[in-house]
Amino acid sequence: MTISSVLIANRGEIAVRIIRAAKALGLRTVQVYSHADAGSLAVQLADEAIDIGPPAAKKSYLNIEAVLAAARAAKVDAIHPGYGFLSENADFAEAVVAAGMKFVGPDASAIRLLGDKVVARQVAARAGVPTVPGSDGRVSDITEAAAIVARIGFPVMIKAAAGGGGRGIRIAHTLEDFERHFPQASAEAAAAFGDGGLYIEKVIEKARHVEVQILGDGRNFVHCYERECSLQRRRQKVWEEAPAAGLPADVRESLCDSAVALARSVGYSGAGTVEYLYDDASRDFYFIEVNTRIQVEHPATEMITGLDLVQEMLRIAGGQPLSVRQEDISIAGHAIECRINAEDPHRGFMPGPGTVETLVVPRGEGIRFDTMLFAGYTVPPFYDSLLGKLIVHGSDRAACLAKLRTALAGLRITGIPTTVPLHQALAADADVAAGRFHTRFLEDWLETKFAASAGGAREVA
Amino acid sequence: MSKAEIKSPLPGMFYRRPSPDSAPFKNDGDAVSAADVIGIVEVMKSFHEVTAGIDGKAIRFLVDDADAVMAGQALAEVEA
Repeated sequence: MTISSVLIANRGEIAVRIIRAAKALGLRTVQVYSHADAGSLAVQLADEAIDIGPPAAKKSYLNIEAVLAAARAAKVDAIHPGYGFLSENADFAEAVVAAGMKFVGPDASAIRLLGDKVVARQVAARAGVPTVPGSDGRVSDITEAAAIVARIGFPVMIKAAAGGGGRGIRIAHTLEDFERHFPQASAEAAAAFGDGGLYIEKVIEKARHVEVQILGDGRNFVHCYERECSLQRRRQKVWEEAPAAGLPADVRESLCDSAVALARSVGYSGAGTVEYLYDDASRDFYFIEVNTRIQVEHPATEMITGLDLVQEMLRIAGGQPLSVRQEDISIAGHAIECRINAEDPHRGFMPGPGTVETLVVPRGEGIRFDTMLFAGYTVPPFYDSLLGKLIVHGSDRAACLAKLRTALAGLRITGIPTTVPLHQALAADADVAAGRFHTRFLEDWLETKFAASAGGAREVA
Repeated sequence: MSKAEIKSPLPGMFYRRPSPDSAPFKNDGDAVSAADVIGIVEVMKSFHEVTAGIDGKAIRFLVDDADAVMAGQALAEVEA
């Protein structure tokens, strides 16, 4: 391998995860940290740690100059960006390479191409990946828009081309709705994003969120099967599974093949995820977007395939070809990941940073807990609320759920609120056990079943 | 003349403006009523409005825009 050291430009559980993978490969590890993270587990585990500034992310973890200065000072060969922060910032990827280091991820050009929602959709369509019925790009006026709507049918989403993360979306159910919303959406997009460009997509109702893990080294491309992440609150994933329960084998094959075709069409290098909506009733799947980084939920895939995706990313960045061929990768059993956040599910998911008093982690075959917590650690208020991920593997989904219930009962975090009670309720739910859910399921379930189970008097926002 | 402190209900990042390009909610010397929003605390990427909680003739801020604050820290004082 052409690299012998790596700087971790991230924090929290993923920084710990990357350090462990790097150490397993014999790499020297350098952790950057903000003033709020000086006592973090990642800082303790890394071979070296470098202060990059104040707690506010834009002055530290998002500060390209500060991160690069640390990398130069530590003379590292590569930078792993983790997820969030600078991980999908093409300018950062370019600056890392310009400074003579490897960026652990795809080329800046691939990040740029796939990061533009309208362009990514065109790339997918050219690679033969089904896209949600809608416009081929921006629509210029309401006449053109109305013609598209007449073809695809209601309900439709009017989306801002410059939007993202759920912002700048309006739904129209009728032509009257549409004619009212379209000009408003354009004016709003212009005000909010400085770009009034709109595109149109059909609403896929009661869809599941499925996504395919891909790996590429620029020449060879493989998929590591799919995950299902339909249990979401406010478009944030809460619970993820691998593989997707109830996905027919022929659909799985065409879904995963389409992700590989997309990766090949752009000469992808590194780990990535192609996200789709899946419609149970019609068995159709539709491309949504590509994430050009490691994802939070990658351990679910590792549990069913036996791969170490973060080690694989580091090896690819070090110039090595993929360590596996497609025929080497297969699904064994079922895995579920629960995101444990510092939020109180009984109080509208109010975040609760603070000091962890006790930490008891369940152990056993097929149980993994990725975390940055330790007893006595103070969770700072400045970053996201993810504390850790409980990942459980069983011989099949029922065995996995049974093991998950035991593991959740054995996970004890005191001193701060956590979402463990939410996961206990989900793991005991009949609909969840039957795999009867879609992307809108969890929010309804929170308002009805969970609110009732919590005693009714407590507010669930 | 009595003074009262407005304390942060949560730890996090304190913002004096609704968005980076907006005018501040309140300037030093402004009168406030109890229901007025004087700032926002961002905690773990969620945003919580801070209200004055008291009527007063003049407010004076003790922390800057985008300063890190602790729960219970005085954000401003108000002349009643």
